[in-house]
Amino acid sequence: MEDTKISIQNLNLWFGKLKILNEINIEIPENKVTVILGPSGCGKTTLMRTMNRLVDLQGEARISGKIMLDGEDILNTKRDITLVRQKMGLLSQRPTTLPMSIFNNVAYGLRLKGIRGRKKLWPHVEKHLIEANLWDEVKDRLHDPASRLSIGQQQRLCLARGLAVNPEIILADEPTSALDPISAAVIENQFYKLKENYTIVLVTHIMRQARRIADNVVFMYLGDVIEQAPVDEFFNNPQHKMTREYLRGAFY
Amino acid sequence: MWWRKLEEKIVYLLMVISVASLVILLLAVLISIFVKGTPYLSWEMVSQTPKGGYYFGREGGVLNAIVGSLYLSFGAVFLSLIFSLPLSLAMNIHLRARPKIVNRIRFVLDILWGIPSIVYGAFGFTIMIYLGIKASLLAGIITVGLFIMPIMVRGMDEVMKNVPVSLIESAISLGSTRMEVAFKVMVRQTIPGIVTAILLAFGRGIGDVASVLFTTGYTDNVPTSITQQTATLPLAVFFQLGSPIPEVQNRAYASALILTVIILIISIAVRFLSNKYYSNRH
Repeated sequence: MEDTKISIQNLNLWFGKLKILNEINIEIPENKVTVILGPSGCGKTTLMRTMNRLVDLQGEARISGKIMLDGEDILNTKRDITLVRQKMGLLSQRPTTLPMSIFNNVAYGLRLKGIRGRKKLWPHVEKHLIEANLWDEVKDRLHDPASRLSIGQQQRLCLARGLAVNPEIILADEPTSALDPISAAVIENQFYKLKENYTIVLVTHIMRQARRIADNVVFMYLGDVIEQAPVDEFFNNPQHKMTREYLRGAFY
Repeated sequence: MWWRKLEEKIVYLLMVISVASLVILLLAVLISIFVKGTPYLSWEMVSQTPKGGYYFGREGGVLNAIVGSLYLSFGAVFLSLIFSLPLSLAMNIHLRARPKIVNRIRFVLDILWGIPSIVYGAFGFTIMIYLGIKASLLAGIITVGLFIMPIMVRGMDEVMKNVPVSLIESAISLGSTRMEVAFKVMVRQTIPGIVTAILLAFGRGIGDVASVLFTTGYTDNVPTSITQQTATLPLAVFFQLGSPIPEVQNRAYASALILTVIILIISIAVRFLSNKYYSNRH
């Protein structure tokens, strides 16, 4: 049995009076791709934002329960929250390049960690751009503004930037939904390779994508976890009636 | 469907009329300043302080007012910036989760923006009495700084408001503190807007009469310290226009022209510098 990286226990979340997440219990194994699948508005993005505490930025959220990361409850940690966040790289729906050069985008997180000076930064930047499969396309124009890259390249740059802070987990929130099929395939392939070293949590509503890259699938609907299972079991032999209907395309 | 075409034509016509009337009016102001001011503009006007007989139409210039206005507006912009930038950053990063509070701040700032500058002048005057400061450059800087702050904050706020929240979040998720997000990401992202806000505030500040009427005093000398009284260009225009002597009145137009050109030069220069900085760093 694989090791559990993140264990979500009895997690509830309200925005004001609205309950978004209801008694969530999920085990996320280490060095696997866990896909959170579900229709729009089911709480999967909120769940992901709770994991790296971005939800803190939305004032009115109220949370109960635990999220254990390596045995530490990150919802009640005494540690600096920025250090917890650095354990997780986030890839959002649309690429969000920082307003600086390609090089500095990757170097941003490294500088936050205290690595300074172009000479010291260089090997890291190169390594992570290679890791994100972007190096060959940008090596001659590292000092161009990142905004000049294509959307697909920007998303890979965001991946490189996230990897540069040396996270253990990659959180990806529908990372391919704004991309063309080829860029999407590149990102998916990278995930496949990256799971050797990283634990990947991917939120998506694309079933085929889940099937392609997931090791485990968690199916959510309206704030509840309906079913969680290894990918083959999930698609071939779903236990729950709602899962079967969703897979049949009965609702979105 | 004929009415839709008609509607289109009418709206288009209305737009042309409003653009034309605005442009004509503003051009008329500029042209009248140029036409009336240029003949009386001389090197003497910009290089000398008023001499004995200046206000009777004899030798001298408005150097005191030019330098005074520059000191005053730079001081005020700087003072205002120290408070405006952190406030607008806080409104759009630290307080992003609390839109109610932010909207109240915006509401208050919009009201402050609408208050006539003479009220700021009077307020500045009361503060001066309370603190025992005499009419001086310092008092003027404080008053004008207060007066242009809402303009500056709202100008910056308006561009920062439009920065996508996902950008802030991705910087946060890389492990930045909110202050790092503010100065490393937000400021960079909105530099052109920040510059616009500063220039807008600068233009209002340097051109305003009422706020300095009670607070800076007036002197024919170039100020050498912030506790001294100072002349300003708008006041110089105001005083000269009020003179019964035609020669002095004409010099008012020349002074107004100098003020306009100063604003023009500074706007262009700042724009140029910020573009250069921006394109290199972006």
